[in-house]
Amino acid sequence: MSANKPDLKLIKNDTPGGENEAYTVAMGPQHPATHGVLKLDLELDGETVIKCRPTVGFLHRGVEKLAENMSYAQVLPLTDRLDYIASMANNVAYSIAVETLLGIETPLRAKYIRTMVMEMARLTGHLLWLATHALDIGAMTVFLYCFRERENLLDMFEELCGARLTTTYTCIGGVRQDVTGHFLETLYAFTEEFPSRVKEYETLIDQNRIWLKRTKGIGVITAEQAVSLGLTGPSLRGSGVDYDVRKHMPYDAYPFVEFEVPIGSEGDVYDRYRCRMEEFLQSNSIIRQCIEQLPAGPVRAEDAPDLVMEYNPAKKVAADATFSSGIIKLMEDRDRYMQGDVYVAAEVPKGELGFYFVSDGHGRPYRMHIRSPSYIHIGALPYLCEGYMVADVIANIGSLDVVLGECDR
Amino acid sequence: MELLWILVKILIVFGVVMLHVAYATYFERKVIGHMQVRMGPMRVGPHGLLQPIADGIKLFFKEDVIPTPADKQVFYAAPLICLISAVSSLAVIPFFEGFAIANINIGLLYIFALSSLASYGVVLSGWSSNSKYAFLGGLRSSAQVISYEIAMGLSLVGVMMMAGSLNLTDIVHAQMSSSFKIYLIPQFLGFFVFVVAMLAETNRTPFDLPEAETELVAGYFTEYSGMRFALFFLAEYIGMIIMSCIGVICFLGGWSGPFHVPGLPFFWFVIKVYLFIFFYYWVRATLPRYRYDQLMALGWKVLIPLALFNIVLTGTIKSISG
Repeated sequence: MSANKPDLKLIKNDTPGGENEAYTVAMGPQHPATHGVLKLDLELDGETVIKCRPTVGFLHRGVEKLAENMSYAQVLPLTDRLDYIASMANNVAYSIAVETLLGIETPLRAKYIRTMVMEMARLTGHLLWLATHALDIGAMTVFLYCFRERENLLDMFEELCGARLTTTYTCIGGVRQDVTGHFLETLYAFTEEFPSRVKEYETLIDQNRIWLKRTKGIGVITAEQAVSLGLTGPSLRGSGVDYDVRKHMPYDAYPFVEFEVPIGSEGDVYDRYRCRMEEFLQSNSIIRQCIEQLPAGPVRAEDAPDLVMEYNPAKKVAADATFSSGIIKLMEDRDRYMQGDVYVAAEVPKGELGFYFVSDGHGRPYRMHIRSPSYIHIGALPYLCEGYMVADVIANIGSLDVVLGECDR
Repeated sequence: MELLWILVKILIVFGVVMLHVAYATYFERKVIGHMQVRMGPMRVGPHGLLQPIADGIKLFFKEDVIPTPADKQVFYAAPLICLISAVSSLAVIPFFEGFAIANINIGLLYIFALSSLASYGVVLSGWSSNSKYAFLGGLRSSAQVISYEIAMGLSLVGVMMMAGSLNLTDIVHAQMSSSFKIYLIPQFLGFFVFVVAMLAETNRTPFDLPEAETELVAGYFTEYSGMRFALFFLAEYIGMIIMSCIGVICFLGGWSGPFHVPGLPFFWFVIKVYLFIFFYYWVRATLPRYRYDQLMALGWKVLIPLALFNIVLTGTIKSISG
C-alpha cells in the first residue's frame, strides 16, 4: 500500500482507563465536513485514525416504505429527495426502471432530452463535489468558482421545469414538457464555455503541490477491494475498473452518443478526483451531441400511465366458462401491469443508482428497494481511513462523494 | 512629562492598530470576495464599510457561554494571554524615524519572547475547554508554533548579523546605509523562510491547521463565544500586523522609501505593511491546507536547514568581505 500508512500493529489499543487508551472523537452528525449528517466514531492515536465506524440513518425518511402506498407516478417526486444535489439523474433513473417494469417505450426525442438533463445533473453533482472537496482540503476559491457554474445550470433547470433542485422533470414514458429553443441555445452556449471553466479550477488545484501532497497516495483502494466493497461510479473507476452503466448497459440515448469513460490507476484520492474532472468534459460533450442530434417528435409515450394508477386493478366482467350456472363473475384485470420483479440501474453522478421493484400487478409497487451508491460507499470509509490521519478522513469522505439524503433514503 | 508623552504614544499606537485590525477584517472579506467573483460585505453602510463596527457590536452583546466541564480560571485567562502578548509586542515597533514606544536594545528578542507566550494562550484554551476538538487544535498549535518559532528565529539571524544589532531602529538604519538599501536582496533566503514561518506562526492558510474548520470545527476556540472569541480574533489579526511589521523592518527597509513624502513619515512603512497583509489574504484565497505531519516535515526538513544554511552563508560572506 502507500508509504504514508503506518504499521497499525505498532499502535497499542488498551482497555478504557489504561495508559494507551484510544482517544475517541465523534465526528458528526453536526460537523462542517461530513457532508450532511454522517457520523463517524473515530478512535485516534495522536492524529492517526485507528478505528473508524460510520453511523448512518440520521436522515432516514422511509422513501422505500412510502412508495408502497403511492402509485408509480406519484413516487417520482420522492426520488428528487434522494440525491438532492442532482435530482434530475434520480428522476431519469426511476423513470427508466418503471418503464422497464411496465414495458413502455419512450419516444426518441424524450430519450435525448433525458440523456441531456442527466448529464446536466452530472455536471451539477460533480460541481458541488469539487466545491466541497476542495473546501474540505482548504482551497476555498474553487468552492465559489464551482458554485458560479452550478448556478447557471440550476437557472437552466428552472427554465426547463420551474424548479431548481427538486425537479420532477421526467415522467414515466417521457418527460413532462418539451424543451424550448431558448433553453437549447442557453445550454449550448454554456457547453461552449464550460471546458475553459474546468481549466480554471485545474489551474488552482490540479498541479498545486499542497493539493498533490494531500491527495496522492491517500485513501488507496485496490481494484479488487473496490469491487468487493461494491463501489461504483468514479470511486470505482479511480481504482482502474472499467465499469460504467452508461457504457455497459446503455439506456436512453447513450448508445447514440460518443463518450469515453475516464479510468484511474492508483485508486487514491487524486485519481478519483481526476476521474471526475475528466467526466466534466465527457458530460459536456454528451450534452453537445444530444443538442446537435435532437430529433423531432413527441416527448411522451402514448401509453404513459396517468398520475392516478389504480391500486385495485379494474374489475372486468367475465362470464363463467360454461355459462351454465348463469353466474357472472367479476375478475381482476391483472394484465394491466406486469407482475414480477425487475432491477434497473442508471449511472448517476455518485455511481450506480438501481431501483428494484416487486410488482404484484397493482398500480403501486409491492416493494421498492433503492440501491443507493452513497450508502455502499460509506461502507468503504473504514477501509480508506484506518491508518491515515484525521485530515485524510475529510479528504476520503470528499473523494467518495457521498450524499446522506441518498444514503439514508 | 516624559511619562505623559509615553502614555499618549501608547494611546495613539493602540488606537491606530485597533482601527487597522477592524478594517483588516473588512479588507480581508473584500479582497477574498473579489478574488472569488463575489462582492464581500455590501449591506452595512456604503460598500459595507460599517461592517466591522456592526460585527464588533454583535460580538460584544453576545452571550458568553462557558461549557460546564471547562476549567473556568484558565478558560478566562487564555484569550487574555493571547491578546496581551500580541498587543505588548507593539511597544518596540518603530513606525517611523524616532517613533517607538520603547526603543530597547533587544527589540527582536522581545518580540520572539512574546509571540512564544501567545502560544500558551492557545494551548491553555484548547486544554481548558475540555472539548475533544479544542484539545486537538491546541495540540496541533503547540507543535506548530514551537517548530516554526525556531525557523523564524533562525531566518532573522542573518539580518542580525548584517545589522549587528537587535534593536529594530538600528536594523533599519543599518539597512539604509547598506549597499542595497534593503536586506531583501542579500537575505533573500532568510526572507523566504521568514515569510513561510510568518504564515505558520500566525496560523494562517496554508498552515491554519489549529483552526482547520473542516476537520476540527474551529480548533482551539471551538468552545468560545461572544467577546472571548473576539479576543482570539483580535490577537490573530494583531499578530498578523506585527509579523508584517517585523518583515518590513528586517527585510524591506522599514520607513525608508524611494522618495520622501512630506508630512507623512510613516507613509512607506504603512504601505509595505499593507502589502504584507494583502499577501496574507492572497495566499488564503489561493492555497489548500497542509496536513499536520506534512507541516512538521516542511518546518524541520526544509525551513530550518535553509535558515541554517543562510546563517553560514551570511557569516562566510561577512568574514570574507571583512
